[in-house]
Amino acid sequence: MREALRDALAEEMRSDGDVFVIGEDVGVFQGAFKVTEGLLDEFGEKRVRDTPISENTIVGTGVGAAMGGLRPVVELMTVNFSLLAFDQIINHMAAIPYMFAGQARVPMVIRMPGGGGHQLGPTHSHSFEAMYLQVPGMLVACPSTPADGKALLKAAIRDDNPVVFVEHETLYGVRGDVPENGEPIRFGEAAIRREGGDVTIVGVLRMAHVAEQAAKTLANEHSVDAEVIDPRTLRPLDLDTILASVRKTNRCVVVEEGWPHGGVGANLAALLQEQAFDHLDAPIQRVTGADVPMPYSKRLEQSAIPHPEHVVSAALATTEGTVN
Amino acid sequence: MAKETLKTPEAIDVDGEAKPSPELPDADLCRELLERMALIRRFEEEAGRQYQRAKAGGFLHLAIGEEATIVGTTAAMRDDDYLIGTYRTHGHALARGTAPERVMAELFGRVDGTSGGRGGSMHIFDADRRFMGGYGIVGGNLPLAAGLALASDYRGEDTVTVCMFGDGASNTGNFGETMNLAALWRLPVVFLLENNLYGMGTSVERHSAVTDFSRKAEGMGVPGVRADGMDVLAMRETVAEHIRLAREERQPTMVEAFTYRYHGHSAADPEVYREKEEVEEWRRRDPIETFARRLVDEGAIEQDEVDELRQRVEKRVKDAVEFADASPEPELDSLYDHLYVLGDQVPGWYAVDERTPEPHPGEDEREHSRGEVQRLAEAGAAYGGQSPVRTKPTSEPSGVEDEDGESPTGEENGE
Repeated sequence: MREALRDALAEEMRSDGDVFVIGEDVGVFQGAFKVTEGLLDEFGEKRVRDTPISENTIVGTGVGAAMGGLRPVVELMTVNFSLLAFDQIINHMAAIPYMFAGQARVPMVIRMPGGGGHQLGPTHSHSFEAMYLQVPGMLVACPSTPADGKALLKAAIRDDNPVVFVEHETLYGVRGDVPENGEPIRFGEAAIRREGGDVTIVGVLRMAHVAEQAAKTLANEHSVDAEVIDPRTLRPLDLDTILASVRKTNRCVVVEEGWPHGGVGANLAALLQEQAFDHLDAPIQRVTGADVPMPYSKRLEQSAIPHPEHVVSAALATTEGTVN
Repeated sequence: MAKETLKTPEAIDVDGEAKPSPELPDADLCRELLERMALIRRFEEEAGRQYQRAKAGGFLHLAIGEEATIVGTTAAMRDDDYLIGTYRTHGHALARGTAPERVMAELFGRVDGTSGGRGGSMHIFDADRRFMGGYGIVGGNLPLAAGLALASDYRGEDTVTVCMFGDGASNTGNFGETMNLAALWRLPVVFLLENNLYGMGTSVERHSAVTDFSRKAEGMGVPGVRADGMDVLAMRETVAEHIRLAREERQPTMVEAFTYRYHGHSAADPEVYREKEEVEEWRRRDPIETFARRLVDEGAIEQDEVDELRQRVEKRVKDAVEFADASPEPELDSLYDHLYVLGDQVPGWYAVDERTPEPHPGEDEREHSRGEVQRLAEAGAAYGGQSPVRTKPTSEPSGVEDEDGESPTGEENGE
């Protein structure tokens, strides 16, 4: 994944001189998670800009530069740090095109890794995609595979809208095939990771992998044939694909690492009951991170993150007494 | 509560000693400066009046008293330089050449406003004149200025960004962050601090440990000077030199303009925090009266010309009000316009709106069907998906009527 994201950055920087990278330790240090490794050598200090630790100003500088015609790719070291830039992200980046009636565009991307699993505790490992998904005026991407990471990042950089690009800290080492052609994929197109007819499982970011693991267990041990969908972007959301699946399986489980209240799953459950109520044979199940700040202790941290077993039991709850 | 220390022009030490005002430039420029200031004054007075008549809504922050700071600054700028300001920027747009009609229409929330009625008084914008916006978040425009300056630098252009903000903004995190970044990267930006002695109702010595704002960013690498913000020529001269420093030497600097707003922070300000005598003292140094008197005294222009100029300004503002009044309210089905730049990924606003799986047309191709207008209006801001059951808004915003004089909900308008 790390290399796929780096390739996306490098390829877009080679093809468009207005694209540049800006963030804390993205240059000399090569990136806190090494995503920008080598970019400084190839593109120099003008286009790979190390910044002071000033998140709101880093994002705001990106917004201003984008208004001035450039295409900044801002890196924030973690999603938690993006809270220091919430003003620039929501009051400025997302609002400017609308509040000035299209006189200014803000073609920029903010990359930010989040998620638990590395024992980074309550200020470095949260999942905020649900918060960003709520904000009109920007797009939100959550890639789970190297191929998607590369193709979505390229699409994000080329798009004229501001994009929040959420990465997962534990997915940087994930391996996977990346198409040679280097083409972007469109936002708003979900990926069906596994086809099945009994229950739809929607998994976001790393939870897409967890959903796939759960689907294997469901098939092998419970004769339940799950369809796994990775939405890949939350704004725009490919609701069509999810609806078509739910109309087929009549059951749905949504898996995310973020908090339960007002989460991605809460939103999706509302949409599905509005638009596929008559197709549902069971209540929609949500599997989410625990409703606590992320604890440090490995044992507690792991207990706060959804695992395949949770997804399996949620899926079985939707199929109880009706499948096989 | 203890009364504030009386702050009068005499009590203010500008740059250590009283500097004489610069020599008068040529008469045409003098007339131009005077007319711009007079236009802002008259526009702001009228905006206040229209606000009282409820033609303009929300908050209204007037810059009456601050005209020399505004016009002196913009007079030193090139057309291709960027200007970015605060929520008190009707005058800044006018000084850059934006038509008063369009600013007034924005205050009225009409389609011909600078932001088509989406921004309001606090969010004036004019891309054509490189007025890059008024912003409602105190200090929020500072990083944007750094970004605009970075864009100029990146492209190898010699344009300069002038960033105007108030004394209150110097206490925000953005101030320290942006000063440091601008100095570190040697960005071509001039920070222009409009010190009107109050952050809303809190006087400078009650909100800032350092009240010599010209030095407040020194430790972050941005040196500064104080200038007499009531003297348009002093402002023009000082800002011109600092723009030169930014343009030619890539040295970001701060100009602290001593100025004063005669009216409250906003139209909703009872002004319990300052003495009437203080306001009167400052009014005696009125930037427009003082300049006009000097022009006549020194023979640069005749008193007749001053009178004619005032009549011209009067008419322009009257025309602006008439124009704004005649400008239509935004169409209801334009609610989602400009939310996204439409293209392959975002073909229409519904494409990022999960409430329906059906593809919807974007603003460019949308059919203006009555049914759609009706549906949107009925739903208010919360269109409830495909279900025919919708929540009606509890109260209809005033002025939203269809041709039959009925509100779009089909109920009688409460007005």
